[in-house]
Amino acid sequence: MAENEERLRRTMMFVPGNNPAMVKDAGIYGADSIMFDLEDAVSMAEKDAARDLVYEALQTQDYADAELVVRVNGQDTTYYDNDVKAMVKAGIDVIRLPKAETADMVTKLDADVAAAEKEFGRKAGSTHIMAAIESAKGVLNAPAIAAASDRMIGVALSAEDYTTDMKTHRYPDGAELEFARNMVLHAARAAGIAAFDTVFTNMDDTEGFYRETRYIHQLGFDGKSLVNPRQIPMVNEVYEPTEKEILNAKNVINAIEEARIKGSGVISMNGQMVDRPVVLRAQRVMRLAKASNLVDEEGNYLEK
Amino acid sequence: MKNSVNRDLPDDLMKDLDYKPFETTEIGNPDIQRVAPSVHVSTGDNKLVDSIKQVVADTVKDGMTISFHHHFRNGDFVFNEVMREIIDAGIKNLTLAPSSLTGVMNDMVIEAIKAGTITNITSSGMRGSLGDFVSHGGLKNPVIFRSHGNRARSIEHGDIKIDVAFLGVPNADELGNANGMTGNAVFGSLGYALMDAQYANKVVLLTDNIVSYPNTPASIKQTQVDYVVKVDKVGDPDKIGSGATRFTKDPKELKIASTVNDVIVNSPYFKQGFSFQTGSGGAALAVTRYLRQAMLDNKITASFALGGITKPTTDLLKEGLVDKVMDVQDFDKGAAESMHSNPNQQEIDASWYADPDNKGAMVDQLDVAILSALEIDTKFNVNVMSGSDGVIRGAIGGHQDAGTAKLTIISAPLVRGRIATVVPDVTTVVTPGDSVDVLVTEYGIAINPKRKDLQASLSNLPGVPVFTIEELQQLAEKKVGTPKPLAFTDRTVALIEYRDGTIIDTIKEVKD
Repeated sequence: MAENEERLRRTMMFVPGNNPAMVKDAGIYGADSIMFDLEDAVSMAEKDAARDLVYEALQTQDYADAELVVRVNGQDTTYYDNDVKAMVKAGIDVIRLPKAETADMVTKLDADVAAAEKEFGRKAGSTHIMAAIESAKGVLNAPAIAAASDRMIGVALSAEDYTTDMKTHRYPDGAELEFARNMVLHAARAAGIAAFDTVFTNMDDTEGFYRETRYIHQLGFDGKSLVNPRQIPMVNEVYEPTEKEILNAKNVINAIEEARIKGSGVISMNGQMVDRPVVLRAQRVMRLAKASNLVDEEGNYLEK
Repeated sequence: MKNSVNRDLPDDLMKDLDYKPFETTEIGNPDIQRVAPSVHVSTGDNKLVDSIKQVVADTVKDGMTISFHHHFRNGDFVFNEVMREIIDAGIKNLTLAPSSLTGVMNDMVIEAIKAGTITNITSSGMRGSLGDFVSHGGLKNPVIFRSHGNRARSIEHGDIKIDVAFLGVPNADELGNANGMTGNAVFGSLGYALMDAQYANKVVLLTDNIVSYPNTPASIKQTQVDYVVKVDKVGDPDKIGSGATRFTKDPKELKIASTVNDVIVNSPYFKQGFSFQTGSGGAALAVTRYLRQAMLDNKITASFALGGITKPTTDLLKEGLVDKVMDVQDFDKGAAESMHSNPNQQEIDASWYADPDNKGAMVDQLDVAILSALEIDTKFNVNVMSGSDGVIRGAIGGHQDAGTAKLTIISAPLVRGRIATVVPDVTTVVTPGDSVDVLVTEYGIAINPKRKDLQASLSNLPGVPVFTIEELQQLAEKKVGTPKPLAFTDRTVALIEYRDGTIIDTIKEVKD
C-alpha cells in the first residue's frame, strides 16, 4: 500500500491489462510506478477479462517496491464502476482517472473510492488517486483538479488526446505542449503532488526521447509515463544526480545530523544557515542517488 | 544403477551397450588410442560423378554407419537427396550419425526409420516431428545423443565408425579440395564435417559448384575424398542463416542480457586477454552488444571468441576488440563471409573445439561461456534436450563442452509462459550442475554454492539481486504453480552421453 511520504516517481510504466505475460513480468524492470491499463489498451470485448486478470495479478504477483496504479475506464463508460470497485478491493495503491476535465470528476472518484473502501473493508483513505489531463478544458482546470481530493498523489499530462483537442499534433520540439506542461506542473506543485509528463511512443527515436526527458526534467516534472520498459533506464539516467550534487547533498545531510545531535534548531554549513528548500533538494538528490545505485547505505558516493 | 547426478539408468541397456554411468566432469590424463580410416588407394583422377544413385550403389551396404553434417541447417538439400536414393535402393539397418539433425531432415528420417533403412541414430539433437516420433517409441533402438566435442571423441575412439560420409559443400574441385566460404550456399566453417572427412572410410562430397583445380583454401582435402558428386543445388542460402543476427527488442531478453554482462564484467575473468563463447539467439547476441561496450569502457580486449559464430562477434574482431575468432560453425552469412576475408577468423574442427580426449581443446582454455537452458534445477543441472511435455526437442550442441569454461553462465527466463524454467529436478540432465557457475534470470541471479569466490565478487552488484537457486525455484513455482508429473513408460528411447562417453541420463517414451 502506498504511503503518503514523497517517493520517487521517475517512471510510470504502462502495462496493457489484458496481456498476461506483460502483467506477470511488469515487476522486473525497476519502474517506480507500474500502471496497469484497463482503458485504451483494452478492447471492449476484453474489458471484463482484463479487470479480472489485473485483479488476480494484484493478489498473486510480487511487484516489490513499485507503486501500483490502475488506469480505470472513464466515468462516461459502463466499466468505470466495476473497475473502481474491483481495484479498491484488490488493494491497488493508486487509481488513475483518464480524461479528467473538472474537479467534480475527481470528487466523484474520491466518493466512489471511499464507498468501495467501506464495502470491501479496506482502510479509509488508503487508496490514492491521480488524474490524467487530456484536453484543453482539463488543462485550464488543472489547478482545481489537482487540489480536489486529499487522496490525490499526482496529475499526468496525456498529450495524444490533448494535441487532437488543440487541433494540432505532436512535434519533435514539443512547442505545442509548452502551455499544458507548465499548467499541469504548476497545478501539481501548488497542490503538493506529483507531475507526470506524457508518453513518448517512437521507440526508434532514442535521441528524441532523451531530448524530451531532459527537457521535462529541467522543467521540474517528477517523471514520465512510459510505453516500453526499455525507456526506464534512459529516464533514470537523465534523473541521475551528478557527483557534485551528491557530495553537496551529503554535506547538507551531515549538517542536519550535526544540528540534531547538538539539539540546535538551526542547520548551518560552512558557517551559513541552510534553509528549508536546500534541505528538501538535498533529500531528493540523496533519494535519487540511492535509486541510481550511486551511493552506499551510508550515502557515500560510489565511483562508477 | 544410479549415476552421480542421481539418475536411474537401465541396467540391461547399460550392460548391453557396455556403458559406464556418469561420475565426474573431470577428464583426467588417461592415455587414449585413436583409430584411423581405411583408404581405397587411387591417384584421384576419376572421382567426379554426377549421380547420387551411383555413388550410393557403390558405397552404402546394409548395416553401415553413414554421416552428414548440419552446416546448411534448414537450407539443406543434400541430406534428403541422398537419403531418398538410399531408401529407394532398399538398403537396411543403417546407423545414422550426423553432426546434428535439422527440421528439414525430419520427414525423411521418419520415412527411413519406417522403411527399416535407419535402425540406429546418434546425433547432437533433434526437434519437431522427429523428436516427437522418437519420444513416442518410433525407433526401436535408443538414440544416442552426443555433444559436438563428444562426437569428435567418439569418432576418434572408433565408437562412431563412419563407413560413408556424405558432405555437402558450396564449392569443390574435381579431386575434392573444398571449403565452406565461397559459392551460392556458403556457411563458413566446416568445423563438424572436418571430423567426418578425416575419419570416414569413404568420403563423398556433394557440390553445385565445381571449381578449377587446385581449389584453395582447402578445408577438406583431396587426400580425404573418394567421390565428388555434382548436384543442382546443395542448399537454400536464405535458410542457412539461423536468423539470429537480429538484435532483440524484447525488454525481458535485454534485461537478462544486461545482467549477464554485469556478471561477466564483475567476475575475476574480465581482464585483458580474456576469452568467451556466447552462442546464438536473441539474448546471446544482446550480451555481445553489452560486452562490446564494457570492453570499450574498460579498455579491454579479448584473446579469442569461440564456438558458433555470429556477425556481432566477427564485428568485434573487425573492431579489434577480439584478437581471434576460433570458429567451428557460423550462424549467419555475415560470420561466414568474414571467415573468407579475415585471416584472424580460424576454422577449427570439432576435436580442436571441444573433444575432451585431447592434447588440449579450445574449450579447455575458455574463460566465459554463456549458455541457455530449457530447464535448470536446484542442483544447477541443465536440460537442453526434452521439453516440459517430456518430448525430445533440443540439441546438446556444445553445451556440455563449453560448460567446462571457468565461468559458465546459464541465461534463461525464470518462467516461459506458464512453464517454470527453474525446477526442483530437470526432466533430463544434459549438463551436470558441477559445470554451471551462475544462473541469470530476469528476476536476479543464483550462484552455485560451490563457487565461494564468485559469491564474494558478485553478491553486491547494484541492480543485480542475488537469490539462492532454491529461492528462484520457489519464486517460479509461486508464479506458475506445480505441474502434474510427466508420465513415461519404462522403455528407453534415448541415452544422453556426457562428453566423456559415460551416461548422464536417459529419455523414456512418453505416455499420452
